[in-house]
Amino acid sequence: MVQLTLPKNSRIRVGKTWPKPEGATNLRKFQIYRWSPDDGENPRVDTYFVDMDRCGPMVLDALIKIKNEIDPTLTFRRSCREGICGSCAMNIDGINTLACIYGLDEIKGDVKIYPLPHMPVVKDLIPDLTHFYAQHASIMPWLETKTNRPAKEWKQSIEDRKKLDGLYECVMCASCSTSCPSYWWNGDRYLGPAALLHAYRWIIDSRDEATGERLDALEDPFKLYRCHTIMNCTKTCPKGLNPAKAIASIKKMMLERAV
Amino acid sequence: MRYMTDRKRAAGLGSAKSGVHHFWAMKVSSVALLLLIPLFVFTFGPALGGSYDEVTAYFARPFPAIVAALTMIVGFKHFNDGAQVLIEDYVHGGTQKITLILVTCLSYAAMATGLFSIAKLAL
Repeated sequence: MVQLTLPKNSRIRVGKTWPKPEGATNLRKFQIYRWSPDDGENPRVDTYFVDMDRCGPMVLDALIKIKNEIDPTLTFRRSCREGICGSCAMNIDGINTLACIYGLDEIKGDVKIYPLPHMPVVKDLIPDLTHFYAQHASIMPWLETKTNRPAKEWKQSIEDRKKLDGLYECVMCASCSTSCPSYWWNGDRYLGPAALLHAYRWIIDSRDEATGERLDALEDPFKLYRCHTIMNCTKTCPKGLNPAKAIASIKKMMLERAV
Repeated sequence: MRYMTDRKRAAGLGSAKSGVHHFWAMKVSSVALLLLIPLFVFTFGPALGGSYDEVTAYFARPFPAIVAALTMIVGFKHFNDGAQVLIEDYVHGGTQKITLILVTCLSYAAMATGLFSIAKLAL
């Protein structure tokens, strides 16, 4: 059965409140999920206060400031700080997004930060994305061809190249898949919005010659048809992409060849 | 503990190569119900509150009887297909299979009961 309550060892407790920085007048309260695999304790929510007069504008700036100046044990992934690497995806103020491009001014009141929902946690704000990446690999995210390789490049018209816009920009941050209730309940079998968006990116690539095989591999009540057009994926995508539309397009192609 | 690669776990048992016909059946029955439900409401409504003779005479006419029968068939088929999706979403393992069988029995039993009642009134 679907799990509607957290298991006992995952229930969140009230954590430590860290001291306020001295002399600061413009303080902001951050409530951040903490869990370590090493101490056998339940997860907790720690409270931090950040001096906003000496902090950058983005959520990631505040997290880095907390790690540098208050609590060096706070653990999170980050790299590019400009929305390209997809590393710093987390649940901020109830929304799955990238901490590096989510402005603190977009949040009213205290800033609440949790890891991406319904994923195993490695530590603090780091989810285990092993299965997510394996699902991405399973849709064969590369050009499949049967014709002999041309002397130069595989040609593509400007119109056909335009069809990939809105798809190739995905940075695999997992915000969409982890916002999807279908992925929460059936993530072991349902591929999720991110993998399906990538699948569609290769299905409609005019140079790819495995369209039929790709559709065959997706035609499944769980791999594809667990999508019920809930649209959380599109609403939450920090890159402004539309995975729900890509999934609907795959379903449309399935119909075209079956009915 | 099972030693299995991440890729094998993600691939699972592979594609079932089905799903599109269920998806299409749901769409077709949805469109049919868009038409049938208003027709059913407006043909069934006038019979409400009538005497036994009035109701049997009303359903002896082909149009109300056929609309009611089609609504039973399409409505409960649509219910069965929808409930199947719901169960697959939330119930897993052996319980899922048992629940699916029970809901299918319930859907077809309700459909048969409706059709029998209409036939009894109409004929």
